[in-house]
Amino acid sequence: MNSRDLVLGRLRAALAGGGPAAAGEVPRDYRHTGTLDLDQLVQRLTDYRAQVHRVAGHAVADTIAAILPAGATVVVPPGLPPDWLPTTVTVRPDDGLDNGQIAAADAVVTAATVAVAETGTVVLDGSPDQGRRVLSLLPDLHVCVVRADQVVATVPEALARLVPHRPLTWISGPSATSDIELNRVEGVHGPRTLHVIVLA
Amino acid sequence: MTRTFLGMPATAPPGVGQLRGTEPFPSAARRSLADPQLRRNLGHATTTIRAKSAGVIAEVPDWERLREAGRAIKADVLARLPELLEQLEARVSAAGGVVHWAADANEANRIVTDLVRATGSDRVIKVKSMVTQEIGLNEALAEAGIEPVETDLAELIVQLGDDRPSHILVPAIHRNRAEIREIFLRAMPGVDPALTDEPAALAAVARGYLRQTFLTTRVAVSGANFAVAETGTLAVVESEGNGRMCLTLPDTLITVMGVEKVVPTWRDLEVFLQLLPRASTGERMNPYTSMWTGVTPGDGPQAFHLVLLDNGRSAVLADEVGRQALYCIRCSACLNVCPVYERTGGHAYGSVYPGPIGAVLSPQLTGVADNASLPYASSLCGACYDACPVKINIPELLVQLRDQAPHPRTEAAAMAAAAYTMDRPRLYEAAQRAVRLSRLAGRRGRGLPPPLDGWTGSRDLPDPPAQTFRQWWAGR
Amino acid sequence: MRIALFVTCLADTVFPEAAKATVRLLERLGHEVVFPPEQTCCGQMHVNTGYQRDALPLIRRHVRTFDPYDVIVAPSGSCVGSVRHQHPLVARRAGDERLAGRAEDVAGRTYELSELLVDVLGVTDVGAYYPHRVTYHPTCHSLRMLRVGDRPLRLLRAVRGLDLVELPAAEQCCGFGGTFAVKNADTSTAMLADKMRHVLSTGADVCTASDSSCLMHLGGGLSRLRTGVRTVHLAEILAATEQGETAGTPTRMAVRP
Repeated sequence: MNSRDLVLGRLRAALAGGGPAAAGEVPRDYRHTGTLDLDQLVQRLTDYRAQVHRVAGHAVADTIAAILPAGATVVVPPGLPPDWLPTTVTVRPDDGLDNGQIAAADAVVTAATVAVAETGTVVLDGSPDQGRRVLSLLPDLHVCVVRADQVVATVPEALARLVPHRPLTWISGPSATSDIELNRVEGVHGPRTLHVIVLA
Repeated sequence: MTRTFLGMPATAPPGVGQLRGTEPFPSAARRSLADPQLRRNLGHATTTIRAKSAGVIAEVPDWERLREAGRAIKADVLARLPELLEQLEARVSAAGGVVHWAADANEANRIVTDLVRATGSDRVIKVKSMVTQEIGLNEALAEAGIEPVETDLAELIVQLGDDRPSHILVPAIHRNRAEIREIFLRAMPGVDPALTDEPAALAAVARGYLRQTFLTTRVAVSGANFAVAETGTLAVVESEGNGRMCLTLPDTLITVMGVEKVVPTWRDLEVFLQLLPRASTGERMNPYTSMWTGVTPGDGPQAFHLVLLDNGRSAVLADEVGRQALYCIRCSACLNVCPVYERTGGHAYGSVYPGPIGAVLSPQLTGVADNASLPYASSLCGACYDACPVKINIPELLVQLRDQAPHPRTEAAAMAAAAYTMDRPRLYEAAQRAVRLSRLAGRRGRGLPPPLDGWTGSRDLPDPPAQTFRQWWAGR
Repeated sequence: MRIALFVTCLADTVFPEAAKATVRLLERLGHEVVFPPEQTCCGQMHVNTGYQRDALPLIRRHVRTFDPYDVIVAPSGSCVGSVRHQHPLVARRAGDERLAGRAEDVAGRTYELSELLVDVLGVTDVGAYYPHRVTYHPTCHSLRMLRVGDRPLRLLRAVRGLDLVELPAAEQCCGFGGTFAVKNADTSTAMLADKMRHVLSTGADVCTASDSSCLMHLGGGLSRLRTGVRTVHLAEILAATEQGETAGTPTRMAVRP
């Protein structure tokens, strides 16, 4: 008997020992949607030490120019809208950059797929304007641009918009730890600074 | 015959992993209780997390409905476990992953060790995972000449301090900042002695220490918080980004998960992603959650192995009442509200699963006889049941396990005699008169004989009344 | 109303003042109290220590004894919790569905004292007088098994002369836990130490609760340390009046030299 059959056999035997065969319907009377509130997204992101900028669409480049010092090296996914990037920084599009090159960059700029207002979360799914997971991981500063129509109120709404088989990264504030005396401190292995630009 | 025998639910084998303590809870607890630093750290940490968690739970108007949904999903999972696992296996395989089945800790360790060996790497980076602690994977890898590097800050503190984890979520909860600073200075080469004990400074040191290891290690080992049968998607919930590093940078990813971690549908995550962070770290959402399905060409590890582990879970599943312990999503809310855990810490429980959930899970995974003192490591105050985001009735389970535990012979005789007496009012009244004898015990100052001296060691006894209630009633 | 007293073995044997106070209080409020003498113990100690089989005859006896009564009261959150939550469960596990059904029926008519007063009898001011500084410890089973909520506090607030002070960290267990207090005496004592620290911090003269068992533990500790703080059952406070009706004879501790 191989281990697969062994484990499945044990589990079947365990269930055969009695008890209800089916566990019954799952009650789903919790909230599925909520009232969308961009202020809430901003407040919740800020609460977890993300720096939030609410700007008009044409002002992304100026905002990024204000965040990053002149001459900073910025890695970007291949499909990022070029007009988001200011001329003051050195842009390195991801055309197969190695990990060392990505880690050496000062910052990364990506788009997002969806954002959750209630939890202060942005989700990346590896689309061309968000890039490979490593791209938004190694640089110490992440600028994430979210369009207003990508923001939902609740977690259930976010999941409904996501495509499961894509590699997904849910980000709620910068890297943090509560491992020292259960006090949350920002900044361990992921980007220690997170800027979220919310496009009105 | 053999087939039937092999197919019976089995407990976790002894001699491997960390499910069994080396001494009973009361004596291990006695030592912890005498450690003022531990008491202070735990008191501070559990008080902090309770307040944080209560705050973010209060923000959610449908918390009770989410709990009920979470409980019901888990009950459904257990009722359909074999078919869900087969579905998960099919989806993961179709997405380019390889699924392995491990009957117990030894087999899982062998599978992982062989997979690492096949890559030629002599080092693995690890995401914090309860299940690999449970099976003693680090010890097995080290024996095979493979260096396991814990990358979670708390696990790193534990590993560098040559220590044992004492909490599910915060394994180094028993250490304060000053102790952590000392461990880093001692165990990390090249750390500036001017390092302060500011948590942010300590975190920065860990970042520097592990960076090169992340970038140069080709194999990672993780656990999983959830695995979606419908899509083959795995999820890891974390805070620091070490998880993202391990799940993204290496060529090969090996994920070990207990069979009970499967959930039926993608949609089920909408319940658990709300329950887990708020119950666990007291956050609306943890900083990072990674989800992946098999292998994504050009993004992340190009080889993915999923090890599905039994190691006693089938035995837990076989108990109709006890199986609810498998609902556990490892949030550790029950630890943080437990008055026993708050004072003894995790080490006293012996097993890698401490606190109330450990007291019901460990004895079931190993068989009650091997962890016989754990079901009694509770005052049955019920705070754990209220805090559990998937509504595991831990007090009920504790009582049930006490019924199955081996009993000391003198206690069993005394209990039988007490029941006999109490079922006979005449005898009962005679026994009530005998209680007056305890006056003598108190007067002489000797207290009660063992095992009842546990009472008189710290508490006076009430002076028995001149009249019992029923004597008073009869004389009215 | 005719009310059957489920005295509990502990109150019957060691803390009769709590039971006598329950009788006096209910009679003062104009109700008839009856005491079914066949009662002994609900079996909670056996169930909680892992002896369900031994508990079964006691559960049977309890159900048989109280079946004839419409309203049953006990001055103990813990014992009522056992009747409500454990009796049907233990009977069912023993395969006695009929007993389980009867146990549920009896449990539905069984009340902890504050539940009976507030919910069934509809009173919060029972006309009591108790001129002391008092703090209230909500016992775990009252709080989390029965969900008595603030009923005891509402009753205490209506007591004339009583200075009610809030107990910090009130919802934490005192460390009694039945045989836990003996099997895990060290941990139990650590919990007791913290509870006593909180009680002492209130400056109260009296710590009250709805369970004689927790009060025995807490009172035993307070006495051992010669704190001068007394433990008094809620029923005794509610039974005390200005008309000379006292809270009975306070239970004394056999103080060790």
